[in-house]
Amino acid sequence: MEDEAFTDISGKPITLDCQSHSSFCREFTVSSPKVSIGKVMVYTCSVWLVAYSVFFFTQNTAVLSSAIIVTLVGMMLYIHFVKVDHESLLVIGSLGLQVSSTYASGREVTTFIEMDKIRDIVINEAIYMHQIIYYLCVLMKDQSEPNGVSGVVPLFQSSKPRLSCLVKVYKSCQEVVSRCQ
Amino acid sequence: MVLKIFFPQCCNRADSGLLVGRWVSGHDSAVVLAVIHYPFIPGQVKQYIQQLQAQSGVELSVLGSWSLPKEGQEGLESFIRDLSTIFPQEPWLQISRQVGKTGFTCEVLGRDQIGKAAQQEEEEDEEKVIFVHYEQMKVMLSQLHPIESQNPDNRSEPPSELRQMFQTVARSELLFFLDRYDDGPLKSTHWQSEGREASIIVELLKRASVPLCVFISWLLSVWTWFCNIRIFSVFPLSFLSSKLSTCVQLNYRTEHLRTLSSPRAAEGHMEFMRKANILVSVLVDVALGVLLMSWLYRDENISTLAHTLVPAADHVARQLEELLQWLMGAPAGLKMNRALDQVLGRFFLYHIHLWISYIHLMAPFIEGILWYGGLSACLGLTFALSLLSDMVALFTFHIYCFYVYGARLYCLKIYGLSSLWRLFRGKKWNVLRQRVDSCSYDLDQLFIGTLLFTVLLFLLPTTALYYLVFTLLRLVVVLFQGVLHLIVDFINSFPLFSVGLWVCRSYRLAEGVKFRVLCDEPGTALHLLMEMNPLRFGSVLQTYRTATYSCYPKDSWGALVRKLFIGELVFPWRHKTTKTD
Repeated sequence: MEDEAFTDISGKPITLDCQSHSSFCREFTVSSPKVSIGKVMVYTCSVWLVAYSVFFFTQNTAVLSSAIIVTLVGMMLYIHFVKVDHESLLVIGSLGLQVSSTYASGREVTTFIEMDKIRDIVINEAIYMHQIIYYLCVLMKDQSEPNGVSGVVPLFQSSKPRLSCLVKVYKSCQEVVSRCQ
Repeated sequence: MVLKIFFPQCCNRADSGLLVGRWVSGHDSAVVLAVIHYPFIPGQVKQYIQQLQAQSGVELSVLGSWSLPKEGQEGLESFIRDLSTIFPQEPWLQISRQVGKTGFTCEVLGRDQIGKAAQQEEEEDEEKVIFVHYEQMKVMLSQLHPIESQNPDNRSEPPSELRQMFQTVARSELLFFLDRYDDGPLKSTHWQSEGREASIIVELLKRASVPLCVFISWLLSVWTWFCNIRIFSVFPLSFLSSKLSTCVQLNYRTEHLRTLSSPRAAEGHMEFMRKANILVSVLVDVALGVLLMSWLYRDENISTLAHTLVPAADHVARQLEELLQWLMGAPAGLKMNRALDQVLGRFFLYHIHLWISYIHLMAPFIEGILWYGGLSACLGLTFALSLLSDMVALFTFHIYCFYVYGARLYCLKIYGLSSLWRLFRGKKWNVLRQRVDSCSYDLDQLFIGTLLFTVLLFLLPTTALYYLVFTLLRLVVVLFQGVLHLIVDFINSFPLFSVGLWVCRSYRLAEGVKFRVLCDEPGTALHLLMEMNPLRFGSVLQTYRTATYSCYPKDSWGALVRKLFIGELVFPWRHKTTKTD
């Protein structure tokens, strides 16, 4: 089990945790930085200041209570639906690949892709405006064409690690997948 | 290659015995279904397995041996090891577990090694086995989505490993009927070995449903005979019955009841869910309708409603008259053409006068109509709403007429204007080539054409204003009817049973599986726990929505605006045939 620090494409620090359960079963977890308390306080204070100034002019208390409710509901929705805490990839040789993302509230979204449907795991590059972004993806087999690719499933979409981190994961995955195919 | 063994969680503490299951072809994996305990007679085991294979169609076989040694059972080990000679199979699995340790050990004996003394396998073979623990009840009852068609000829490639595993467990229901209270020669452990559970209410309902289905199908046959009487095929009635939403809803529900009352049990998951959703939808509909009736028929609500309807209609008529008077004057500061204005205004005023006399004629009967119409709510809320929509359409018939007159006039004017504009520029519409061509007109043609063009152009604001006002009124009515139809459509198509299943027994609708690594000791085989990944709510709605007759406009928004601009008549809904998703 190793824990290393890398950066994502915008420069924020992320950590990669590799766990080897067996010679053909490995788990990689990429954790994003947590919600910073400073940012939360800045947003809350600004919203409440604006609400208080509106209240000062209109003398309507509904503005204050609605600001509180909006802040609370917005925060709950953010940590439940938007903020990803960590994403993990579980590679089980000859069974398949499990991709899961855990949100800050603890909600987990998991997908399992069977080994029969996987053609390969590769690092692909995407050109977005002035940047070239590397991402790890799974190529799915096409039923009709023997050498075709029917779809691409990108991995680690929220954490977006950089190439150094992806190369490590890629090498480890390829060891498992090639040994069992 | 890595060997995958799907092991049920209920057998983790089973006594030593034989493993019964199935080898999944082509994937190097085995599904263990049950453990048959010592003491047993091998011949009887073989017979039992062959009997089950014939009845269920699953290729069951003895996979190997399972040993969980307890005190006083030392000799069992060698006995069970020697069984590999009696059941010659492909690889023979010897799974053993020590009380107190969490891991299993597994030895795989190939065909050529059966019969030899148990040899020490190399260490690395132990690590090439994966134990996937699954909960048998959940796997048996759950259905993997997307659902593949049952017909094996249609499928191009064989089903995936997980699907085959799910199908194996689902089809081996007969194996799970043998519980420990049976007095047979064999004792086995599986998820139902503690005793089969059943519900008395469910069994009673199953018994009661047969005569009920017969009765409902008899009722339906009487109703169908009544509907097919020749008099209903005469032109006006058949046209009306296709336009009235009540009749359409009646037909729709009759189809549903016909599906429900068929004596055949549902085969396949989709048909079962469809029947269940239809049944729950009909019951909810009737319950809501009865609720509406209980509100309507108490405290003289009907007479209150009837006594407010006629004054409301009077009020609407008066508002319309005021509107027309305003249009006949100088509406919004625009100067209208006096003659045309008076003609159109007087024509519409007379129409309103006719309609008001018709309403006053009907006034004494309204309460009766409402009373009998309210009775239709006992068939369901959807019928009451469809009836309401039809009554609204009937009572606003004059608005529909005004709209049609205004639209036709406006449409004619626009066509005339566009054609004369082309003449003004020296062009012509070529019908043969469907395009605009240049044309040389005579002088008198040009003269009359230009004159008519100016006349029509200056009369345009008047007609356009009348058209605008009546189109807006018509759209308001159409909006109200649209809301009613939306509610009816929602009650018809919402799969309440599937949503209830998703809430209470979410493992039955599975999008896939998820694995968790169970804490293992290094050097032993890998243990994984397989759990159901429940379907998302959106997918539940999409998969199980009941097909309904379409009430959505078949024009896109752009086409609708274009039609309104030109003056073509807009029919917001045409009932297409049943929409299948």
